[in-house]
Amino acid sequence: MAETVKLTINGKQIEAEKGTLLIEVARQNGIEIPAFCYYQNLSLQAACRMCLVEVEKTPKLQVGCTLPVAEGMVVHTDSEVVRQSRKGMVELLLTNHPLDCPVCDKGGECELQDMTFRYGLGESRFVERKQHVDEEQWSPVVYFDRPRCIMCYRCVRVCNEGLDVTALGVGNRGVVSQILPNFHDHLECDECGACIDICPVGALTSGAYRYKTRPWEMHHVGTICTHCADGCRTTLGVRNEKIIRGNNRDSSGINGEFLCVKGRYAFDFTEHPERLQSPLMRAGGRLEPVSWSQALEAVAKKFIEVKQGSGHFGVIGSCHTTNEENFYLQKFARQVLGTKNVDHHRSGDLATLFDALTDRGKVLATVEDLANAKAVLVVASDLAQQHPMLANQIRASRRLRGARVYTVTPGPVREDKNAVASVRVQKGGELAGIESLRDKLKAESDLTIVFGDAIQGESLRKLIAFGDSLGLAVKYICLVDYSNSRGAFDMGLIPRDGGLSREQMLARDLDVLWVVGANPLKEVRGESKAGFLVVQDLFLTETAQRADIVLPAASAYEKTGTVTNVCGEVQKLKAAINVMGPKADLEIMGLIAREMGPAAVRTLGMWLPDKVFEEIRKTVHGYDVPMPVVATGGAAPTMPLNGRVAALPGSISSAGDTLFTSGTLGRYSKVLNSVMESPGALYEEKGRHS
Amino acid sequence: MPTTLYNEPSPLETKVLSKRFGLENSHRLDTYLAHDGFKAFLKARQMTPEQIVEEVKTSALRGRGGAGFPTGLKWSFVPRTSPKPKYIVINADESEPGTCKDRLLMEYDPHQLIEGILIAGLAMDAHKGYLYIRGEYRYLIDHTDRAIGEAYSKGYLGKNIAGTGFDFDLYTHSGAGAYECGEETALLDSLEGKRGIPRMKPPFPAVAGAWASPTLLNNVETFSAVPNIIRDGGAAFAALGTPKNGGTRLVCISGHVNKPGVYELPLGYPMLKAIYEVAGGIPGGKKLKAVVPGGSSCPLLKAEECDIPMDYDTLAKAGSMLGSGGMVVLDETTDMVKFALRIMRFYAHESCGWCIPCREGTTWLRKILQRFDDGGGRKEDIPVLGEVSKNMLGRTFCALGDAAAMPTISIVEKFREDFEKRLAGASRASELVTV
Amino acid sequence: MLAAYPEGRKRSAVVPMLIYAQDETGAVTPELIAEVAKRCEVEPLQVDEVVGYYSMLHRKPLGKYHVQVCTNISCLLVGGEELYEHAKKKLGIGNKQVTADGQFSLEEVECMGACSWAPAVEINYDFHHYVTPERLDQLIDALRKAN
Repeated sequence: MAETVKLTINGKQIEAEKGTLLIEVARQNGIEIPAFCYYQNLSLQAACRMCLVEVEKTPKLQVGCTLPVAEGMVVHTDSEVVRQSRKGMVELLLTNHPLDCPVCDKGGECELQDMTFRYGLGESRFVERKQHVDEEQWSPVVYFDRPRCIMCYRCVRVCNEGLDVTALGVGNRGVVSQILPNFHDHLECDECGACIDICPVGALTSGAYRYKTRPWEMHHVGTICTHCADGCRTTLGVRNEKIIRGNNRDSSGINGEFLCVKGRYAFDFTEHPERLQSPLMRAGGRLEPVSWSQALEAVAKKFIEVKQGSGHFGVIGSCHTTNEENFYLQKFARQVLGTKNVDHHRSGDLATLFDALTDRGKVLATVEDLANAKAVLVVASDLAQQHPMLANQIRASRRLRGARVYTVTPGPVREDKNAVASVRVQKGGELAGIESLRDKLKAESDLTIVFGDAIQGESLRKLIAFGDSLGLAVKYICLVDYSNSRGAFDMGLIPRDGGLSREQMLARDLDVLWVVGANPLKEVRGESKAGFLVVQDLFLTETAQRADIVLPAASAYEKTGTVTNVCGEVQKLKAAINVMGPKADLEIMGLIAREMGPAAVRTLGMWLPDKVFEEIRKTVHGYDVPMPVVATGGAAPTMPLNGRVAALPGSISSAGDTLFTSGTLGRYSKVLNSVMESPGALYEEKGRHS
Repeated sequence: MPTTLYNEPSPLETKVLSKRFGLENSHRLDTYLAHDGFKAFLKARQMTPEQIVEEVKTSALRGRGGAGFPTGLKWSFVPRTSPKPKYIVINADESEPGTCKDRLLMEYDPHQLIEGILIAGLAMDAHKGYLYIRGEYRYLIDHTDRAIGEAYSKGYLGKNIAGTGFDFDLYTHSGAGAYECGEETALLDSLEGKRGIPRMKPPFPAVAGAWASPTLLNNVETFSAVPNIIRDGGAAFAALGTPKNGGTRLVCISGHVNKPGVYELPLGYPMLKAIYEVAGGIPGGKKLKAVVPGGSSCPLLKAEECDIPMDYDTLAKAGSMLGSGGMVVLDETTDMVKFALRIMRFYAHESCGWCIPCREGTTWLRKILQRFDDGGGRKEDIPVLGEVSKNMLGRTFCALGDAAAMPTISIVEKFREDFEKRLAGASRASELVTV
Repeated sequence: MLAAYPEGRKRSAVVPMLIYAQDETGAVTPELIAEVAKRCEVEPLQVDEVVGYYSMLHRKPLGKYHVQVCTNISCLLVGGEELYEHAKKKLGIGNKQVTADGQFSLEEVECMGACSWAPAVEINYDFHHYVTPERLDQLIDALRKAN
């Protein structure tokens, strides 16, 4: 226990750790010291002066957000002079504030409104003309309204300290000082929106959200982002079955407040006009809309016909569908269709990793492990582009807890800036690069190795041997691409026991190819080789265009279920909106089974997510996770290191998405397309490490 | 470079720092060497750092930049045994309205300043100094660079100074127009290439100043006093002034006087004598209305409060400050509304904008005062002027808010009738923007 | 200029580099900001922040002769405001404006440290003390003629 001191706040005797900031000690004891500029985990500013309090034996009011508590301190946070001072500050803040709350996006959830209500004067003595400058648009998603800004510098700090992007600064001085974007009149940045999220007032607003609603007209649904594999919780603001906003202000997930551009804005694919609304069936060479019953009947009929004829099936699953759907699909393939030809787009060599680490215990790092790691080695990945939340955790660990970061990458990465050592390697040279860091890494007390798809097969085994040789606790994160890439592997969407890989399936003349939530024919020219192609998807992708039957699927924001993130943590999806037309993939599969007859349904069980998850918990290695954790929106780690895992056929490669791309979903996100089209020297080399 | 003085000296002066002013080529090293130059440095080289600091403490020298902090004490705060490099930073950002003395010290006697810096270097075990000169004083940057060049060429800067084995490098550094950079921590941020925003204290510059290293920061006049203190002894310097207020200082008298100018007067010099004898009294035999005792940041004194000796403690007791030595004399014709407005226009222009009360308060006050001056003043504005000022006083991030509030409060309280005389007719009120 | 500062502290040169460069180029342009950022090894934004802060740094060119008239308290008491009004009429421009021929610009400035020899005017970097309207006319006329 650290040294403690005794102090008095408002007559209450308090014991606190010496050196803690007064504002924190007060908060921990249920006493509010108001502040705008003070923000946990960001540098201190002492700029807004709202936190001034009376400390006995000091001549002036003291700054609560920078004052460390000391023995015998007697503090008054609610004395007459303190109340008067706060009134004065609020009054001063409002002198040049436009008071346009009725049309301000922030109205209703604005800290300045709250402070004015609670601590303000109630009337204004300011009768002069207000300072006005016009609103500026800095990027497709960031707008800045200077008159509303109170200059608390939260945005500047979150961008510089939190994101390490340095896209915001302060320009001019005095009453005309203002937040300044990095290209003077526009922003070229991650477009992550952290600045908007952290703004206590309506100075920074989002192009995706502005003027669409009043905040109290939305209801909020906490779910998991459906883009990359990091598994960020995003709280979707919904009104009239439309998602209007994404944020994570309640810090409820493993990502804290962090969200990247995708988690915050790229939910808009859900309402893209090209979204499939009804099943399509090929008639006369063209895909024509049909009813669900017609389509399901046709699929079932074909499946039965091919099965009875001992024909060949191929099943390609998705990296975005839920664990329940993935589990159900592989079971459908193996037990109903009787095929081992099951696969998905694999982007990390989990098979080798699990095999090499078998029976090791907790050597797969969770996001929390990464946050607490004393040293992190990043191999062959541009994390800030491809795994923004993991990158953010590493930055936070370094900034707040002094973690030491090493990079071994083909090109420069953001982590280099604060890395202990950075090594540039050609593809294939990663292990030599890591070896060159041996002495430095040996001196660390623990290490988390985060590696990309360049490390697979034999080189992954060598990496683990290297980790073993360091003589310290080493944990691993095998990077995979999408929101449930990890779950797809864990649920068994893999060609084990001699099944055909994805590439092999595409190359063969299979009688039926069933593609669920994937676009394997994107890069393939000509017709599908399969005799019959069934596709479940949100959009008419390159694969769906060549299908015989297309079934419109619901997105992750429209269904329940669980997904497993890159670190193997299981989290629950919650449906934010209902859609007319599309159905959840699980339901589609269940209905196909039903069409096929009672035997199929008996084999597969009911297509209810909770029922399927029960079965997953019982049968999938490492998935016997505690239900309360998952049910309450927590992240339950899985540890599937149990028994040997055989090598799989087929290739492993990352799609190499950037911050602004996200496979099919990204192509149908207006926001992602608009930020990509806006000037952005930072991201000119798209997917430069893929 | 002219050697003629900007104003005639007064026979009433006690010339210590300015004793070489007016000599032919007073700014040249040769002239300096012929008039006691670098004797103090050689003497200091024989002393221990502790002895140097002790001598400065004995002199009762107080910072000449404005705050009047005891210089010896400040010097004792710098951890001279720190393994980090230590820096001497000289504040030549002279910007306090009413103040124009550091200019003369650099112009007429730059080597006295250099010698003072070197002695500080000895005392702090520092080997690099940065002379932060306001951008408007470009001619002085060039001039001081020439003096520094001269000192290098004759071995009074650089390696093995005057054969003593002590090394010291001195550089000038240009500001670019910001009063706030006169605040010592804002100056350091500016020196580091940033916006001149004051820093949070602690840590104080003595511990973590320039580039996070221990830094001694003093005003030009403070450093210029040091050679005199070491050469003639701290006690002799102290004896020139009054207890705890050692030595002489350059008083810049301006405004309504017959002979405005910069005069070196001992601490504790009677204020009225300075106005009526040193500066030749008020033109046209007009009556004294008020005095700004030490630059625009200081509360004004009414005529009847001016019969006092000018030292730090007496001025503090009178509710004002000795400040930076900029004494502005106002005769009975002065319109205090206009005067208060001009002060507030200055602070609103110079507020860095970092903290809310200073950024918004100075501008609000400026707008009210402007309205008064334009003939739109209302009776209820008068208390608002005082209250807004008091909401700033002691509550801003740095002293700039205080500097804006203090004179305003004093003017509103002491010259309320000037505001009442300027109240608008009812017709003007309709032009106000109401919210 | 960069050599004056400690190792790894090139950023320190930002302010002087900007003002000296502005003397050559006439204004702080985006190109200049980029160049200073490169030389001082900082982000252009960090230079941009500085440019907006310091009152002597300008984004638009000033006149060949920049006439700065002080009207702060010491000058105010002895005719600084009248002198500034006179300068406006004489040059036919307002605050921070430039004459059509680009020869002169005018700025009402804060205290420039000439209080005891007020009113004061600084033209570019040259100080002029005890300036009367007549004296200002002479100064401006002489500069006009010199061209």
